[in-house]
Amino acid sequence: MRNPLSDEVIKIKPSGIRKFFDIVSEMKDAISLGVGEPDFDTPWHIRDEGIYSLEKGKTFYTSNSGLKELREEICRYVERKYNVSYAWNSEVIITVGGSEAIDIGLRAMLNPGDEVLIPQPSYVSYEPCTILAGGKPVIIDLKAENEFRLTAEELINAITDKTKVLILPFPNNPTGAIMEEKDLIAIAKVCVEKDIFVMSDEIYAELTYKDKHVSIASLPGMKERTILINGFSKAFAMTGWRLGYACGPKEIIQQMTKIHQFCIMCAPTTSQYAAIEALKNGDDDVKKMRDSYDQRRRFLLDAFKKMGLECFEPFGAFYVFPCIKEFGMTSEEFATRFLEEEKVAAVPGTAFGDSGEGFLRISYAYSLDRLRLAMERLERFVTKLREEKKN
Amino acid sequence: MREKILSVIEKDSRIDIRELAVILGMDELAVANELKAMEEEGIICGYHTLIDWEKTSIESVGAIIEVRVTPQRGQGFDNIAERIYQYPEVNSVYLISGGFDLLVSLEGKSLKEISLFVSDKLSTLESVLSTSTHFILKKYKEHGTVMAKPKTDERETFIL
Repeated sequence: MRNPLSDEVIKIKPSGIRKFFDIVSEMKDAISLGVGEPDFDTPWHIRDEGIYSLEKGKTFYTSNSGLKELREEICRYVERKYNVSYAWNSEVIITVGGSEAIDIGLRAMLNPGDEVLIPQPSYVSYEPCTILAGGKPVIIDLKAENEFRLTAEELINAITDKTKVLILPFPNNPTGAIMEEKDLIAIAKVCVEKDIFVMSDEIYAELTYKDKHVSIASLPGMKERTILINGFSKAFAMTGWRLGYACGPKEIIQQMTKIHQFCIMCAPTTSQYAAIEALKNGDDDVKKMRDSYDQRRRFLLDAFKKMGLECFEPFGAFYVFPCIKEFGMTSEEFATRFLEEEKVAAVPGTAFGDSGEGFLRISYAYSLDRLRLAMERLERFVTKLREEKKN
Repeated sequence: MREKILSVIEKDSRIDIRELAVILGMDELAVANELKAMEEEGIICGYHTLIDWEKTSIESVGAIIEVRVTPQRGQGFDNIAERIYQYPEVNSVYLISGGFDLLVSLEGKSLKEISLFVSDKLSTLESVLSTSTHFILKKYKEHGTVMAKPKTDERETFIL
């Protein structure tokens, strides 16, 4: 029999921490700090709209780009929140989560050999999606001393004459890093000068704990070279609804819509109706959830401080990224022992790129009670490790 | 600042002051002072425990009673409300709009005890015109907390 598989797919490297995840799935009573989705239920009024749409029999495909009313609401929302205006009928597409937008955006833009700059640590899909789209991923290793922000210098050093797209994953999973306006201005300047497009993954935009999130698309000269990706999963606790969107120049959105049309047809109809309600009447829910995350974030940072664990203050998403280099182990070794000895599961930083080595991703999409318990165990664990090191 | 403190302790009155200060990003002493001030001003009126008596062996019956009364000149409903809320078995007394004037909730050991309270004490008060008693059969949600079933975390352990 012939080999049934694609060489390209085979080449994509599987997650290096498979073994670690296998241990976790076998351990039933572990406390997990590993989840990358909100612990809140989707607010009831949003679910209710979804149910209502089903009752009314709204169970057909929508147009390929998504419901007109939803696209209009998205435009209003993006303008009101991030100060960028898009035309609902040509510059917006509703996708199956932000992840589909990443995939079809890259496929719409890349020619074979085009280089895509991917700052890491970051979400795990950028690299494989780039490869599947025929592009070449070029990793930029972000640094703890810059609080894992991307600097203009790092960007310039990574650019070649083949560079086409920069992925800008902020607020960042797994580090919690944000890019403030001043940081973005420096990046935007380079992108304009070097004629580079930006795929700005702003799925965590509602979850920032300092100033309001700034989108790079709102900076002069950037709207025409930026695909802004956002969605409902994190802001409105709607992960299972699988709904996201991309806004951008109509030439790109048009081609993305073509791919979407052939591969997906349209995003789930029920979710689209629910999402209209989220955008119209969800501000209070978002604020409540954000306040709650912020409290947990402060709690964790204080707990790290008390146990002397180094961690920069992250202002976005729902992750903290403490440094565990003092223990002289790899992230995976640390995470494995932490799991085996204290039954707490956190994700090794290396799951998000080599530059995550020496760090641990801890999610605070958990109740304070759970975090309190986990921090007691972490403190006991690091005390033990320090004792071991002394002897 | 008060609003933030209240929104946390409304859900968790047992949180320690240091942790309360940490999660709100405030100074511990300032939080302690603010709590004390709000207690003195009667903004914080008490710290209670939400108990699902159903799950205990202690017999307990709850009822909500709608009460129609004659208001008194110069006093309105205040006097009669006070007469009613003095009874220790009464949990809450509200002045309400609609067909009735007062809404009284209370807990008793048995249906009989509550019936006796209504017939002997409440109905015999001079300004009480009529009462309508509703026994509570099941509590689904109280004080913003769902009592019916504990919530479980159904998320996958690991999502990157």
